Amino acid sequence: MSWWLFIIAALAVVSVYAWVFRTGGRAIRPNNPFFRDMPFTVAFGYMLAMFSVFGAIWLYMQDGAVFFRWAVQGFIIFAIAAFAFRQFGRYVGTAGTRKLFRQMPLTASFGILVIIIYAIFAIFAGAIAPYGQEEILGAANVIPGGDPALGGDPLYPLGTDQIGRDILSRLIFGAQNTVGIAFITTCLAFFIGGSLGFLAATLGGWLDQVLSRAVDVLMAIPALIFALLLMTIASVWANELGIPLTFFMVLIIAVIDSTRVFRLARAVGQNIVVMDYIEAAKLRGEGLGYLVFREILPNATAPLLAEFGLRFCFVFLTIASLSFLGVGIQPPLADWGTMVKQLAPFINFAAFAPLAAVTPLLAAGAIALLTVAVNFVVDWMLHKSSGLKE
Amino acid sequence: MSSVLKIILQRLALGVLTLFIVSVVIFLAVNALPGDFAQSILGQGATPEAIAAIRKDLGLDQPLFTRYLTWLAGMLTGDLGVSFAQMNFQNSMGGGEMETVATQIAPRLYNTLWLAAVTAMIAVPVSIALGVLSALYRNSLFDRATNIFTLSSISSPEFFLAYILILFLAVLNPLLPSLSNIYDELSFAERFQRTLLPALTLTLVVTAHMMRMTRAAIINLLASPYIEMARLKGMSPIRVIVKHALPNALAPIINVIALNLAYLVTGVVVVEVVFVYPGIGQLFVDSVKIRDIPVVQACCLIFASAYVLLNLTADILSIISNPRLRHPK
Repeated sequence: MSWWLFIIAALAVVSVYAWVFRTGGRAIRPNNPFFRDMPFTVAFGYMLAMFSVFGAIWLYMQDGAVFFRWAVQGFIIFAIAAFAFRQFGRYVGTAGTRKLFRQMPLTASFGILVIIIYAIFAIFAGAIAPYGQEEILGAANVIPGGDPALGGDPLYPLGTDQIGRDILSRLIFGAQNTVGIAFITTCLAFFIGGSLGFLAATLGGWLDQVLSRAVDVLMAIPALIFALLLMTIASVWANELGIPLTFFMVLIIAVIDSTRVFRLARAVGQNIVVMDYIEAAKLRGEGLGYLVFREILPNATAPLLAEFGLRFCFVFLTIASLSFLGVGIQPPLADWGTMVKQLAPFINFAAFAPLAAVTPLLAAGAIALLTVAVNFVVDWMLHKSSGLKE
Repeated sequence: MSSVLKIILQRLALGVLTLFIVSVVIFLAVNALPGDFAQSILGQGATPEAIAAIRKDLGLDQPLFTRYLTWLAGMLTGDLGVSFAQMNFQNSMGGGEMETVATQIAPRLYNTLWLAAVTAMIAVPVSIALGVLSALYRNSLFDRATNIFTLSSISSPEFFLAYILILFLAVLNPLLPSLSNIYDELSFAERFQRTLLPALTLTLVVTAHMMRMTRAAIINLLASPYIEMARLKGMSPIRVIVKHALPNALAPIINVIALNLAYLVTGVVVVEVVFVYPGIGQLFVDSVKIRDIPVVQACCLIFASAYVLLNLTADILSIISNPRLRHPK
């Protein structure tokens, strides 16, 4: 219970400081509106922030806080990289992109930078990775860091796993497998959901009713649970037919996620269908394909693009979760979810060998970094397109 | 009053219909399995007589429609059948009482509900407080910091957050146990302590969504004339928000809370696996891996009904919280 007392005491100290801060400010600058109109809670917030910053600096100086130091360093490096990238984008490129970069918040430029890096790794994985993803090398359980005194090996900068595969190579190939499969799945989901949604919006009538009710039913079952149920069945079929389970997984997740795309595409499509130019195209005698792909689709790209980013995050997280649970992307393909599960026991060594505990967090962090980056970009796009300032 | 009642009854009927169709979907999905159950229970080396016996035992010789009705009746009366693992065990070892799926699921369902309750107790007050605060100090440094933090935690996978928490709260500073080993004999305090780490992980996952919705709902209202009036009569900003804006923003907030509770009951699967928490999600994943169809079916139906029921509650609560619907002119 002593730490309860500590928290209460700390809050009391912060309140005292807040009171001193506000009263002192008023005494020194008697008519300054900043201090004059300051509620006590705001003063408290300022002092709390100040103490948190001091606490963080103190923690950073401690010898034991290795992970905290790494987190802070990583944060600062990424912030600098994002800033540099934005500055770079402001002076290089066409007038359009330069203008885009001038209005961009730091979070969005961070997101774009991360997405570009991931794309490079995913496309050129075979050329960048030092070893193959299934290659079993001489030494198992090599600690990351490459320092022989600590159990590392300069040949394997991030160490090797329990059966001696290079973790760096598997992380790089994981970008190809996990991100690539998620991307394909999202495209498929958009193709199914988008075309059916526009079709339902254009044609209306019984087709619209049937599709919408079917989607309602599918959406009533939670996505991950439904995916797990279907994966159980698919795993039996995969055995029977000799088709890889990953193929079924792509189909299942695409169908489940296409229901969400359908909803949006139908809603957007319905707003477009009532426009005059659609009426004009119909009177010109254009066919259904022309209406959907040449009239509706170009006018629906903005909301669909934002949805694509969000949907990609969901699909990516679902695939990672399924793999983490052992029913997603199957070994020996390198995949981040499976890697986290396999390397997770190393976390228990964090107190003695911080380097050993890093590897599962690297794989999990790789997933988190990409989804955070995509979310930052989508957030910015939505903010920009909605024109809201608040 | 009657119009509200009518809407609520309509929603209830719709909910029951949805549940019925969901059960059909689950039943049909499982019946799309190749081969037959009996073979998969007994494995490759089974004798034809044993397979025929099991088929008769499970009623697999009946037509599809009859089987569905039997299954549905069993589900409604709490008879969820016997798991394949148990059947296989009895078949090879012989004799003994078989544990039914219902007795397997009941304690685990209780554990999962307990985890969801602990999470909700932490997450709901925290997210509403954070939402009100960031609406109050909107566009300040505090607001932007919470925005970045919540956006990051909402978009990270659950297991990443779980391992980060394990790293800092269980391994580096041994404050909480990293494995949530829950059993009946534990005292309340011990139970709470062991549930705390998974509950904190889930809190991180759901708080972001609820907090962002609370903030958005309140800010939406701040441009209304009556808020302007409250400001002009000299009310303090916090009172304006808590007394005038919050009650009107209640409908969307209740909705998002219920949605997140639904997520809590269903999205616990990954978190339960990380912390080896003996809940229904863990059982579900284990059964999926060994293709234990009766358990998978039962868990799936329980998850789906929890999800549908909570969504229904959200709908009904947001109707009730709307005074225009409650007092029609």
